Amino acid sequence: MEAVPALAGAAPLLVEFPFEPVYVESIVAVSLYVSVLAVLLSTFVSVPVALAVGFTDFPGKRLVTSLINTGMGFPSVVVGLAVLFLVSNQGPLGSLNLVFTREAMIASQFVLATPAITGISLAAVTSVDRNVRDAAYSLGGTRLDVALVTVKEARYGIATAVLAGFGRAISEVGSVLIVGGNIAGPDGVSRTRTMTTAIQLEARQGRYGTAMALGAVLLAIVLLVNAVVVRLGDGGTLR
Amino acid sequence: MAIHRRELLATLGAGAAAGLAGCSAAGQFGGSDEAPGVVGETLTLTTTTSTHDTGLLDELNAPFEDMYGVTVDAVAQGTGQALETARNGDSDVVMVHARSLEDEFMTEGYGVNRRDLMFNDFVVVGAEDDPAGIGGSGSATEAFSAIADRGATFVSRGDNSGTHTKELAIWEEAGVEPSGDWYMETGQGMGEVLNVANEQGGYTLADRGTYLSQRSVVDLVIHVQGPIEGGPELLANPYGILAVNPAVHGDVNYDLAMAYIGYVTSPEGQRRIEEYTANGEQLFYPEALSEDPDFQQYVPEGWSGNSTEG
Repeated sequence: MEAVPALAGAAPLLVEFPFEPVYVESIVAVSLYVSVLAVLLSTFVSVPVALAVGFTDFPGKRLVTSLINTGMGFPSVVVGLAVLFLVSNQGPLGSLNLVFTREAMIASQFVLATPAITGISLAAVTSVDRNVRDAAYSLGGTRLDVALVTVKEARYGIATAVLAGFGRAISEVGSVLIVGGNIAGPDGVSRTRTMTTAIQLEARQGRYGTAMALGAVLLAIVLLVNAVVVRLGDGGTLR
Repeated sequence: MAIHRRELLATLGAGAAAGLAGCSAAGQFGGSDEAPGVVGETLTLTTTTSTHDTGLLDELNAPFEDMYGVTVDAVAQGTGQALETARNGDSDVVMVHARSLEDEFMTEGYGVNRRDLMFNDFVVVGAEDDPAGIGGSGSATEAFSAIADRGATFVSRGDNSGTHTKELAIWEEAGVEPSGDWYMETGQGMGEVLNVANEQGGYTLADRGTYLSQRSVVDLVIHVQGPIEGGPELLANPYGILAVNPAVHGDVNYDLAMAYIGYVTSPEGQRRIEEYTANGEQLFYPEALSEDPDFQQYVPEGWSGNSTEG
């Protein structure tokens, strides 16, 4: 199993992996590409939004907060449907020809991950001791300095937020199936097929062994990412 | 032969006219006048789960991709959804198996140049012990009536697919309005429905291809045969292929769609369909064989392919 050498020893299930390595590799690659990019984009949007909402008082702040929290529970198939209407040839972005592409999948994952990352980051940011911020201000820090100090203090919470967003994106099946189409080429190379949609397809064909093997890979990736983040968090507290 | 030639000319004319329209609408493809060919372009095909899950599509798409250096993105949906995706202009070519829905699509003007592609048939499958005793039925309607009378579990696709459309037609023919605890709609693909029927000890209507390709993982047996094995014509399952009308959706890749239709109905495409087997059994039977095929009628003048056939 040169496709996933690190996992082969750990999971005996994979020794009899019924797929061509290229099939698994490309599916995992597409899954990671879509989810990682979507989560990166989400993070760039979410953290500033969380800082802005967390630090300023404005009318309707509660409404915004509850909207963010509601967004964390968006059903993914509804998001997929909405993105499909946007990118379909009949939709407002139809001229971009995005339907059944990875870009469309990234868009739907972005919509799903952003509220989750924003919501959890917001909680992390607001729980940073007010004294930290006051101290930064009194030392002559600009707003940016204060924001950076806060982000640094809240980094474990923000990392948890990003991880939650990633978990939501990579394990999500409804919207990527709708906007991505679960496409693989005749050579078995995935184009818009992810681990989740592949599992769905394999289960539909009664190939439960294959589905479970893919599920094991997916689980391993989620566990690995979790371990990395926990590790980062521990490093932070030891400092 | 006169009629045949006239049809051919009509196809050529329509193809040329629509092809021109397609070119002017999609000028970004670099003008096929100076640089014939389509290398790097993508054809989006929406099709049914049966052609996809049996593995037939890979068999057809790989050589076509090689021929022109293009990519075929095959999206497997039910027939209803596949046609709906095409209605929205999100696919270029559609391969489905529900003649009534295809005709509706054509008469509404969304599709052009429909061709018969291939056929297989439907079979009524169920648990080996046959609780409703349909084994001796000579017809599908008789079997369906018996299932309804005994209230034996029946698992329906319930997803507006070609198979579901056929199933509803059989219920209608049998004069039964399926309802009650024994009738389950799963809203899922054929493979899932076979699994559900297997688990529930129920009956279902399946296309022979999916059933055969999945026979090793389910315990269901055929109780009523389709026409391939001498069963009733009602269980015939013809597949058609059609291009999305470029006059309705200007940015569909009409030229490539017609090239694809030309390929799968060509002697080579038809041979691949005929020779494709799963678990040692032929799944689809070619239906587009013509004694006078002219592959060049489907593609713009000057397109070069590597194929020597047709």
